[in-house]
Amino acid sequence: MSAAAGTVSLGPVRGIRRAKDTGFTVFLWTCAVLALVPLTWIAFYVVSKGIGALSWNFFTKEPAGPLNPQEGGIVQSFVGTGLIVGLATVIAVPLGILSGIYLAEYGKGRTASAIRLVAYVLLSTPSIVAGAFIWALVVVALGNFSALAGGLSLVVLMWPIVAIASEAVLRLVPQELREGALALGLPRWKAIVRVVMPTAGAGLLTAVMLAVARALGETAPVLLTALGNDYINTDIRAPTDAVPLRVYDYARTPVEALHGFAWGGALVLLAAVLFLAISTRVLSNRQQKRIA
Amino acid sequence: MRKVEIVDLNAWFGSNHVLHGVNLTARPGSVTAIIGPSGCGKSTLIRCLNRMHEEVRGARVEGKVLFDGTDIYGTDVDPVAVRRRIGMVFQRPNPFPTMSILDNATAGLRLSGERLPRSKLAEGGERALRAAGLWDEVKDRLDEPGGRLSGGQQQRLCIARALAVEPEVILLDEPASALDPASTLRIEELVGGLKERYTIVIVTHNMQQAARVSDWTLFMLFGEVVEFGPTEKVFTTPDDKRTEDYVTGRFG
Repeated sequence: MSAAAGTVSLGPVRGIRRAKDTGFTVFLWTCAVLALVPLTWIAFYVVSKGIGALSWNFFTKEPAGPLNPQEGGIVQSFVGTGLIVGLATVIAVPLGILSGIYLAEYGKGRTASAIRLVAYVLLSTPSIVAGAFIWALVVVALGNFSALAGGLSLVVLMWPIVAIASEAVLRLVPQELREGALALGLPRWKAIVRVVMPTAGAGLLTAVMLAVARALGETAPVLLTALGNDYINTDIRAPTDAVPLRVYDYARTPVEALHGFAWGGALVLLAAVLFLAISTRVLSNRQQKRIA
Repeated sequence: MRKVEIVDLNAWFGSNHVLHGVNLTARPGSVTAIIGPSGCGKSTLIRCLNRMHEEVRGARVEGKVLFDGTDIYGTDVDPVAVRRRIGMVFQRPNPFPTMSILDNATAGLRLSGERLPRSKLAEGGERALRAAGLWDEVKDRLDEPGGRLSGGQQQRLCIARALAVEPEVILLDEPASALDPASTLRIEELVGGLKERYTIVIVTHNMQQAARVSDWTLFMLFGEVVEFGPTEKVFTTPDDKRTEDYVTGRFG
């Protein structure tokens, strides 16, 4: 009956609980470290192999002849990736966000289910299929490989990512905010644009970042649609180079010096994705802070 | 002159018939309270008054809600226009999280209708915040996010937001049920002051609150009106036995 007796009987239970707590903490830390090992390993490996290739020439020159490959660079790949991914982003992001808005705010019944199904199917489609599809549709029709075709093949991959992710983050916006905006006498589209979308801003940004990061590294669809080019090209109707294409190409040549360039290209891609991820994080943290 | 008159209103969620032939008149310059146990249809009823009910998927309304004689469910009536004249405050404070305190107060002015110059907006925001009894607490931090205020302040900010567009009717859906007693008292005082200029309808599950703030009381049960009359009469000498049981706390 006494308080002391109660305390005593609690003792061993507490001990077991503490042991369990410690056990799980250790387990979770181990998992986290295990997950980080391959990631940092890859990063370090790419950096150590690729850092040597980075030079002024690497970023500013087109490939030199086979006799002195180290004098050249892969500037046309950077320009090409910028062109193709830029083109794809300009098309896929508005389209994807509009689809996300439709699915989260308006869509019901069969149309919405159909769009969602298409998006999920595309999301898990091998990227080379997207490339083959655009090849048949655009390359064959226009008669040549082009940055435009490359961009469109990436749109096929980016659109479902943006659409599905933006639907998810728009659904996280509390219903009360929509009602608050509607009750003020705002038309529905304005409630979405001025209240719902800004509230989901950080999430929408992340959706876009995910899609761009995916597109930056895609090789197969670009190979089938943009082909590649040894020279700088800014005409969207002409064959265009891209960094992953160049990496793929150089990784298979017997020329030793070009292997270094392949690693250099991989390193730049890795750095670009990291930069995207970090800047998205910083921007969305800033927005979250403004909200809370 | 009657401001809001509900005539034989029925409402459904899908096949669930939640309001059965409700009639009610809310007069200008008075507070009408809607009371009843949970699930009796109070919130549904008040949400029919500014056409928010139909925003829920599968929801449907039949009957008339006359606003100065015009049926807001008429075929050529735009719900957006209705909501500009009939404002609403919800149960949980819902300031817009990406907007500052001032921007919240002026949200209706800025986002609907014509573009107003900055000075006009600041003026309208101040007037609304004063009317909601919040100005003195926030005047030095108008640029801070609305979400940083306390719950009670957030709710008054939402009242300010509703007042800023100068509606004629204010609907309050359990505006104090998520607030502490001191904040509740402030809201009630505010309602008492606002009724001179607006027609107010308030839903509450708190009978003392209904008795304190309202002039007219509607008691509902299972989606039907049991009794409607002057608050004093409903609480002291109700006609219906069920009303008496409810207001004396015998059930509910």
